[in-house]
Amino acid sequence: MNLHEYQSKRVFARYGIPVPSGEVATTPGEVRDIAVRLGGPVVVKSQVLVGGRGKAGGIKLARTPDEAEQRADEILGMKIKGLTVKKVLVDPAADIRKEIYLGAVLDRASRRIVLMASSEGGVDIEEVAAKTPEKIVKVAAHPFLGLRSHHARILADGIGLPKELINDFIKISQGLYQAFIHTDASLAEINPLVITGENKLLALDGKISVDDNALFRHPELAEMRDPDEEDPSEREAHRYGLSYIHLDGEIGCMVNGAGLAMATMDIVKFYGGEPANFLDIGGGAQSDKVAAALRIILSDSRVKAVLINIFGGITRCDEVARGVLEAIGTLDGRVPFVVRLVGTNEEEGRQILAEANLITATSLADAAQKAVAAAKGELR
Amino acid sequence: MSILIGKETRLLVQGITGREGAFHTKQMIDYGTQVVAGVTPGKGGDWAFGSIPIFDTVSEAVHATGANTSVIFVPARFAADAILEAAEAGIDLVVCITEGIPVLDMVQVRAYLDTTHTRLIGPNCPGLITPGEAKVGIIPGHIMTRGNVGVVSRSGTLTYEVVYALTQRGIGQTTAVGIGGDPINGTSFLDVLQMFEEDPETEQVILIGEIGGTDEQKAAEYIASRMSKPVTAFIAGQTAPPGRRMGHAGAIISGGEGTAAEKIAALTRAGAKVARHPDEIADLVASHLR
Repeated sequence: MNLHEYQSKRVFARYGIPVPSGEVATTPGEVRDIAVRLGGPVVVKSQVLVGGRGKAGGIKLARTPDEAEQRADEILGMKIKGLTVKKVLVDPAADIRKEIYLGAVLDRASRRIVLMASSEGGVDIEEVAAKTPEKIVKVAAHPFLGLRSHHARILADGIGLPKELINDFIKISQGLYQAFIHTDASLAEINPLVITGENKLLALDGKISVDDNALFRHPELAEMRDPDEEDPSEREAHRYGLSYIHLDGEIGCMVNGAGLAMATMDIVKFYGGEPANFLDIGGGAQSDKVAAALRIILSDSRVKAVLINIFGGITRCDEVARGVLEAIGTLDGRVPFVVRLVGTNEEEGRQILAEANLITATSLADAAQKAVAAAKGELR
Repeated sequence: MSILIGKETRLLVQGITGREGAFHTKQMIDYGTQVVAGVTPGKGGDWAFGSIPIFDTVSEAVHATGANTSVIFVPARFAADAILEAAEAGIDLVVCITEGIPVLDMVQVRAYLDTTHTRLIGPNCPGLITPGEAKVGIIPGHIMTRGNVGVVSRSGTLTYEVVYALTQRGIGQTTAVGIGGDPINGTSFLDVLQMFEEDPETEQVILIGEIGGTDEQKAAEYIASRMSKPVTAFIAGQTAPPGRRMGHAGAIISGGEGTAAEKIAALTRAGAKVARHPDEIADLVASHLR
């Protein structure tokens, strides 16, 4: 789960990281009031969970409260990469002398939290990593020891930070590390961290991604989830305990197990089709869950065929077949279904499905080819 | 011979009285695994299935029964502690089936385990099975058959699919190991490849990887430099979009790293035969048979 910029900066502030004294608004009138309170020029920043807001025109400078209201009127309601802007953050405009980058990320290979700093702030760090990797300095913190001041000094030195700012930088680095640990983050970044005209460090923009598996111990973060930022069908799937990701193809896939679900998508592509989704129905396959899964798949009007691929291990194929049969009875017969059941009680499962008007397959390759043909209308 | 588990395995089940724990304990006993103890805090003194003593703590269970392996079925919020408890009690091999453990818990757990002799398999894994000897976890026993192919995988049902295809063709397995789908786990592909390389009974190995991380690339380096036995590989997630978690917490392409293409390239360069889709795996394995 990703936090908005304003949410991330509020978290950072609690860990002693200096952030602008901005406020959030949902109407141009509120933006005007905030600009009046702040006095002086402000920046109106759209709050949507995508990168490239500035380039899309979602971040604007305003010199007066009137201008701020006008800019807010333009930004609120605009669409950025498919997401509608419903909130803006109004920050006092900063006098920027230099932009740097500071981020914390979980490094899988070393199994450590790694802090990264770069003298190239304000741009996409992945771009910096690709083009000028020498401009990124990294330190890894041992989980039992945390981020020590010498780690932060290595970063400061590596990016050529002015000496008089090093003590503040150490506090910010350790604050970021603490914020990362305490929010169960997988990513926490300040980009840019700026050096202001008054020679102070200030976190102008922030981003935190929280580990979904840890949300149970962070009710205050779980509440920050913004349902407007999620695909509605993915949200629906989540309610049924299904793992679903919406894609752009025409062949809907329903599979048990994440690895098998990915492999099924791959083989559809291998035989010339495009998967419409990733969907793992998990262990067991009760008919209500199967029905919900099929409903979600069919809610995508681009889907032209559905491929059901189930490996019965502990789950029995005859049970799954009954679930599929029951579920299909409740759905309209808009698209052809290709079903492959393998493993425990596969014969019984196939017999149950023989009565329904479904296309059956034995091997995975056979199933994928039939699904591709069915999507083209060559097989019904 | 086989790796990690066999007839000498004396298994302890953590979470033996839970729904999943009880169901799979029965399956493991029926398969012939020596299940010697269970642990459920607060239920010490009870018995499971009439003959398996239940203890409140792992250390009590180890003292009383000589358990050397543990399998964990406890809920995610308690699972990290269950792993640590097993390690502190001196268990040699801990297999954690639980899915959904916060990754920062695993950072701590793994750093601690590195100071002990305990090996962890998983979490978020189906466990492992040595056909005809022992099963620790949830891999269905009847799809396996004894033979000379070692299997190591980050996935569950995809592994079953591949093993079942082998079994149907009469190609048996030494041990199948599910290392799990989480970003931080206890045992890597590289670790298991080393064990299969050293196991005299294993003649060839199947490696089933997926997008995310660099574990397959490290395995490829080992295959290229040290491995004498043939390896057949498959990588799931060639059509997965970047930045999205594909079911498994660890199955995500982030910062352009961990794509299927780079893993397939590394394994191919290392001399492994990489199947284009799962149905090809059994064919490639058969081509290696003497």
